[in-house]
Amino acid sequence: MADQKVVVIGGGLAGLACSMQLAESGTKVQLVSLVPVKRSHSVCAQGGINAVNDSTRKEGDSEYLHLDDTVYGGDFLANQPPIKEMCDWGPGIIDLLDRMGVPFNRTVEGHRDQRRFGGTMFKRTAFAGATTGQQLIYALDEQVRFWESKGSIEKFEYYDFLGPVLDDKGVCRGAVIQNLFDMQVRTLPADVLVLATGGCGLVFGRSTMSMVCSGSACARVHRAGVGYANGEFIQVHPTAIPGTDKLRLMSESARGEGGRVWVPKKPGDDRDPVNIPTDERYYFLEERYPKYGNLVPRDIATREIFSVCVEQGLSVEQDKLCVYLDVSELPPTTLHKLDGILEIYEKFQGVNPREVPMKIFPAVHYSMGGLWVDFEKNEQTGGLVKGSVRNQHTSVPGIFAIGEADYQYHGANRLGANSLLSCIFTGMFVAPSLRNYLAGLSEGTAADQPASLYEKAAADHMAEHEALRNMSGPENPYHLHNELGDVMTRNCTVIRHNQPLTETVEKIIELIDRYKSIGLADQGGWTNQNLIFARSLADMLLLARNIAQGALQRDECRGAHEKPDFRIPAPDADSPAELHKQAKEWCKAFKTKNDKWLKTTVAEYSADGPKMKYEPVDLSLVPVRPRTYGLKGAEVIEQVWQEMTAGDADSSKPVATK
Amino acid sequence: MASTIHIQVKRQDGPDKSARFETFDIDYEPGMNCTTLLQRIAATPVTTDGKQTSPVAYDACCLEEICGACTMVVNGKVRQACTALVDDLIKESPDLITLAPMTKFSTVRDLVVDRRRMFESLKRVSAWVELDDYSDRGASALVRPEDQEEAYPMSRCMTCGCCVEACPQFNEKSDFLGPQAITQAIMFNEHPVGGMTATKRLTALMEPGGIADCGNAQACVEVCPKEVPLLRGLAKAGRQTTLHAIKSFLSK
Ligand SMILES: Cc1cc2nc3c(=O)[nH]c(=O)nc-3n(C[C@H](O)[C@H](O)[C@H](O)COP(=O)(O)OP(=O)(O)OC[C@H]3O[C@@H](n4cnc5c(N)ncnc54)[C@H](O)[C@@H]3O)c2cc1C
Ligand code: SF4
Ligand code: SF4
Ligand code: FES
Repeated sequence: MADQKVVVIGGGLAGLACSMQLAESGTKVQLVSLVPVKRSHSVCAQGGINAVNDSTRKEGDSEYLHLDDTVYGGDFLANQPPIKEMCDWGPGIIDLLDRMGVPFNRTVEGHRDQRRFGGTMFKRTAFAGATTGQQLIYALDEQVRFWESKGSIEKFEYYDFLGPVLDDKGVCRGAVIQNLFDMQVRTLPADVLVLATGGCGLVFGRSTMSMVCSGSACARVHRAGVGYANGEFIQVHPTAIPGTDKLRLMSESARGEGGRVWVPKKPGDDRDPVNIPTDERYYFLEERYPKYGNLVPRDIATREIFSVCVEQGLSVEQDKLCVYLDVSELPPTTLHKLDGILEIYEKFQGVNPREVPMKIFPAVHYSMGGLWVDFEKNEQTGGLVKGSVRNQHTSVPGIFAIGEADYQYHGANRLGANSLLSCIFTGMFVAPSLRNYLAGLSEGTAADQPASLYEKAAADHMAEHEALRNMSGPENPYHLHNELGDVMTRNCTVIRHNQPLTETVEKIIELIDRYKSIGLADQGGWTNQNLIFARSLADMLLLARNIAQGALQRDECRGAHEKPDFRIPAPDADSPAELHKQAKEWCKAFKTKNDKWLKTTVAEYSADGPKMKYEPVDLSLVPVRPRTYGLKGAEVIEQVWQEMTAGDADSSKPVATK
Repeated sequence: MASTIHIQVKRQDGPDKSARFETFDIDYEPGMNCTTLLQRIAATPVTTDGKQTSPVAYDACCLEEICGACTMVVNGKVRQACTALVDDLIKESPDLITLAPMTKFSTVRDLVVDRRRMFESLKRVSAWVELDDYSDRGASALVRPEDQEEAYPMSRCMTCGCCVEACPQFNEKSDFLGPQAITQAIMFNEHPVGGMTATKRLTALMEPGGIADCGNAQACVEVCPKEVPLLRGLAKAGRQTTLHAIKSFLSK
């Protein structure tokens, strides 16, 4: 085991956490990233990171309630044991980050300050100004640099991961990578390959994600046999500002600190928003969701913006989904905590949001879906078996996935500030599993493989590279990408209908076909960004097809996936007896829908389109219940549902209670 | 408002190749920034005189001035391309926007430069908190809000390179750490646990290329996009190293 090493692809929070944990326990790491790891997309995270803490505990909070909020917010489409383990680890992770020197905001007494995020009633979110992701990634980057200076971690920055090396039994034996400067292709022999390569927002053209978030690395292992799960679940964040190159997020922390969302009550009201009196403003989230107010889960907030703008015609900008996000009434000390994002708004919009309400729009933000990974449940705790080689293991032996690249932790809708937690948690938690996998390899290791295995892998990729470099057809890869982004954003985001989804799949197939006759404007062999982009476009097309096909096949509404044609009509009767009857019908329909669709989508790669399988979800900890945020008759539904499931021992009794 | 934007880009095919200029005309769109201009050029790499060329190579990632990747010299001033807005640039120079790579690093291609030296400098000054291990040891000590307010601005440094580009003391021939790495060293010295290994950092700051090389010209702080308190860092580095020198002298 002495000279065995782990290759980690991706140096965002997940990849860095994994690398430093492995280095500490004595395993050598090779860390590969398109950009210097310190510039990974995780720097963009703004609002904070969730964990139960001393002050929420005093209000009755517990790890179990964090699990419950996460599972309920995600509309139950997530295996519960991994989430339980993550929530249990939360407090320890924040303490560790604190020890590393993350400058978390402080209370007068010197404790960590906390803010509330969406989908919970507790202030669980620790933060460093409004640039929490930056501060967290810097802390981990520093730890990794420490290990690098000790020789335990070797970085390969400015490298593109091209694919895994599999032996004749289909076991992973390393990675093929390409230097982005001299374009040389090389292999890294290793028995464990960890994919920590983040999300795929670029599939939608512009999103809140960074320019490297194409999902290319995930697509490349998907082609090699790793399942791609729940691709159709894409989070559209309610509050962003549009730009010509990117949609820039205005973090949920703005609302967590007291920011309010509203539109003028009068359609087309073109007064300066500061001159619109309070009683002529419609604070639609507060009115429709008295309990959560502006902090409803994101899928709900986004749909409400769609509803007031499209169905009620109250948009602030014609033909767009635009509402006001107003922090102008907050005290200066509170605004100071939001400086990081307010600066972004001011810089790009030229307006000071401390004085004038911000104009904001929904934007593609996060991929709940990702590489399929396994887990092993701990029957005693309800969480996971620490060190099990099944944890975070994909369907290809030796390939693991962590962070936004996996599908495991957020179900059908991610709660704000849970992703930074899932990234760091999976990175740290997987480390002993990787070591055990290495220790348990019986039949030889990467070192025992014939050199020809690696030579062939490199030669195959070099040949593909050469073929791509010489493409000189009429199609322009950047234009194809625009077309892809347009159709995906139009048909595959907030509201979905089967006819447009069918057209989307057809359009993607057309684009895949046209891709075969692209031409590269740069056919050189040095820092050829044209080629790197064109190659990732093929990957985006592959993932887009999984997303659109998954959305087309899933005939229901769940979390971020909303198909109005398959809504269960909300009870609307006024008489209690009638309401009760309707609630019963509702619950029956809800049960039928869950029997059919409370399943994980797993796409298997095939050259002529994904083959979808549906897998049961582990619901052993939190019993399924209707997600009734803001629904009319919510209480009656909940009551009827309880009656219906009372005798149902399996699904009504929580196994792990705290 | 101009309907066409004229852009001149300094291009270079590789480290040992000679530089040349190319100009491009791009249709104006409201809210455009320089990274958008570069995206438009990539999609249609044709110069103003109709010559087909290659897309301009450049570094960019976050597109919101938080990752530090896209630093370049725009209209003669070092800054991030992603927050260099066309509307503002036109006011500076109505006829032409110029894009050039930073000059203090070797050019890889076009606007891409090799900034690895900045990360190496962070290693030289041990810019990290050394921990016993990563196990769960409970909460760390309380932190005064004022101390957090001091540390946070230093911790926003995104290793973008603007400060070293502006610094007269930093060049390919000198091995000056630069203001960014020196300030990071001070940030860790002031951290309760980081301070325990302050001697290591102070030693590095006293070696050739350390704080003594700073000529105090203060050009660095003017250009830092994140308003990192570089002068405070440099001044403290001066004081801390002097004190350290006296102490080591007295204890001899
Ligand atoms: C604007 C914004 C704000 C957010 N705010 C929050 C927040 O407040 N709280 C929260 O919990 N979550 C937040 N999120 C979500 C969270 O930031 C991300 O989910 C998380 O940072 C992902 O981290 P990661 O480690 O999985 O991947 P990333 O940080 O995306 O890193 C991916 C890594 O993979 C590398 N890579 C990718 N492809 C390849 C390839 N082909 N070859 C080699 N390397 C490759 C990249 O170089 C990079 O190093 C936010 C997201 C956005 C967009
Ligand atoms: S003060 Fe002057 S010499 Fe010193 S680091 Fe700044 S720019 Fe360089
Ligand atoms: S100190 Fe400022 S200018 Fe220098 S690298 Fe850091 S952020 Fe950039
Ligand atoms: S692209 Fe990240 S700073 Fe400009």
